[in-house]
Amino acid sequence: MSSVTDTAPVPATRTAAGEPRKPRKPRGGFFLGLAAWIIGILFVLPVVWMVITSFHSETDAATNPPSLGAPLTLQGYREFFGASTGTSPWPPLANSMTASVLSTLLVLLLAIPAAYALSIRPVRKWTDVLFFFLSTKMLPIVAGLLPIYLFAQSVGLLDNIWLLIIFYTSMNLPIAVWMMRSFLAEVPVEMLEAAAVDGAGLTRTLRSVVLPVVAPGIAATSLICFIFSWNELLFARVLTATVAQTAPVFLTGFVTSQGLFLAKVCAAAVVVSLPVIIAGFAAQDKLVQGLSMGAVK
Amino acid sequence: MARNGATSSRLVAVGLAAALLGTGCAGWGGGGGGGDSLNVLMVNNPQMVDLQKLTAEHFTKETGIRVNFTVLPENDVRDKISQEFSSQAGQYDVATVSNFEIPIYAKSEWIAPLTPYIEQDPEFDQDDIFAPMTKALSGEDGQVYGEPFYGESSFLMYRKDVLEAKGVRMPADPTWPEVADIAAKVDGAEPGMAGICLRGQPGWGQLFAPLTTVVNTFGGTWFTEDWQAQVDSEPFRKAVRFYVDLVRAHGENGAPQAGFTECLNNVVQGNAAMWYDATSAAGSLEAEDSPVKGKMGYAPAPVVETRSSGWLYAWSWGIQQASEKKDDAWKFISWASGKEYEALVGKEIGWSSVPAGKRASTYENPDYLAESKAFAEPTRAAITSADPENPGVQPRPAIGIQFVGIPEFPDLGTQVSQYVSSAIAGQTTVDEALKKGQKLAEDVAERYRSRES
Repeated sequence: MSSVTDTAPVPATRTAAGEPRKPRKPRGGFFLGLAAWIIGILFVLPVVWMVITSFHSETDAATNPPSLGAPLTLQGYREFFGASTGTSPWPPLANSMTASVLSTLLVLLLAIPAAYALSIRPVRKWTDVLFFFLSTKMLPIVAGLLPIYLFAQSVGLLDNIWLLIIFYTSMNLPIAVWMMRSFLAEVPVEMLEAAAVDGAGLTRTLRSVVLPVVAPGIAATSLICFIFSWNELLFARVLTATVAQTAPVFLTGFVTSQGLFLAKVCAAAVVVSLPVIIAGFAAQDKLVQGLSMGAVK
Repeated sequence: MARNGATSSRLVAVGLAAALLGTGCAGWGGGGGGGDSLNVLMVNNPQMVDLQKLTAEHFTKETGIRVNFTVLPENDVRDKISQEFSSQAGQYDVATVSNFEIPIYAKSEWIAPLTPYIEQDPEFDQDDIFAPMTKALSGEDGQVYGEPFYGESSFLMYRKDVLEAKGVRMPADPTWPEVADIAAKVDGAEPGMAGICLRGQPGWGQLFAPLTTVVNTFGGTWFTEDWQAQVDSEPFRKAVRFYVDLVRAHGENGAPQAGFTECLNNVVQGNAAMWYDATSAAGSLEAEDSPVKGKMGYAPAPVVETRSSGWLYAWSWGIQQASEKKDDAWKFISWASGKEYEALVGKEIGWSSVPAGKRASTYENPDYLAESKAFAEPTRAAITSADPENPGVQPRPAIGIQFVGIPEFPDLGTQVSQYVSSAIAGQTTVDEALKKGQKLAEDVAERYRSRES
């Protein structure tokens, strides 16, 4: 079994003794900060460009160099909501939400007990099991595309959102087991023993001892699974048609080889990223706590 | 602690409830299972945007048949159509297939013959469809397998005002050497203006659409009738050398990346005096907000050894063989490709947006001609003079003008186009590019030869 810490996790801003850490000023800190800012801005710029472009008219969006100061319009968003085609974006958005939320719940339902059996009460040969889970991710995912398509066709599950739910669940399960295992490994054995001494049963221990410690981990795992399922395009494009179409597939439909489309696509991309951004902000506190405590350690 | 636990058990309960609710339905879209609905897979071109709108407002209202569309960009839609049709998955009843795919799909029996429907539907008036188009959309058994939504050929577009200012006259039937001369004379006529815009972007449907028509008229071909690869033969080489030299000397900036859209932008923004490309581009050049509206002249595709050289292309409707709603599918196709639909678009959206280039009657319609007189007759002439079975100086093993109608061609054409595109960029020579191309073409030819013997 991996080493289990014998103290509660210590926030990074405090020393091992619990004293507030004195701010260190390493040499070159200024340049590191500058580099961090530059890299941060480089990462944000495309997103900023996307948001600005989404409020431009198609002709302003297509100029080179980009005309960032062009007049703003909501035309791109009107197009996304079906102004000229009459096609509603809500069914694909609802499909994406269904697939992401349900598959995330299923992943949690399966991953947490599995991770429990691999960390707190490890089964025999638990390392083998762990690597077996991971090995399912070693095949490039695209290699499974055709077999899964043919399978879905023969069992009549093409264009069915349940196929995507099952697929996303299995796609995310190994990652979730690994993440949850490292979070559960952080639960101090002493706490479990103390609970046992106090006469707590399994359910009580799980609810009152384990859960509060791993809640940030669950938040982080759910967010990752949600993002992966929400953004998945390759399989959704192949396995769905008119009924179970998801938002990313719908989004690509705005690209055309004849005519301008940048503003429309940017508007669509902004709307489609909103749920992930909202979920990210909602889970932010838990997430930072979770990441700095578990996986990174 | 207790609060946390309560929240999470509530979460689980909500999740389970959602799961139970969800079991009944397969998804939130369309409701494709219903009896009176059709699933249509199509490419996202501007004409299809209008179609979506008008379908809901008119077709569904008149027939009660709901149409669920999936629209995807061109490359994606080709992938999805070939996957859907080759496996006969039956998810889509109708799809946009081009005259490249239709003969191939017909041979594999992936799409249903339309001749029985055409015979029972005199109102559709198949004879009104241009003859070369009907031919290009038929299978080897002589039956029609697709109905065009809109069609195009290729011709030479040029700035009348620029040529006039330079004292140059465009011949009524230009040859390629004449066009090269004119390109040299008008090159730089205005600041930043190239003599001619020609596609250089790799892709069998990009660079090799115009280039194969040039090869045809120079007397070249990809394959002889008995499947001998001809990519490094003298006429093919002469044609490619001519094209590459012309675009390098008097072509647009960034030619190795320029495709249809880039050239359209160049011409609209006054960065090119001439452009050899699809007839459907004229609609954009003559649109209300186009700065070059009224300044353009249109000449037939330049020739050398053949009498005409324009290509033929049509986004068309095909019905999947596995569809169980073929009768409804025909209702939709005959509506979308019919005369009435063109009139509907003209009335509700504008005559310049009409999906034209397929029916003779369109070019007799005074409303349409009033909007498009500059290019209507050159377009009609280009489409009707195209001969998909015999586009060059020698018999061909497969149908097609700007392509070879075999499933291997997209791969072959795209790879060779990458070599030619780097020749345009100056990174390799035409001879070198075609030598590599010949090897690839020889592999394909070999396969067909062994199949035939």
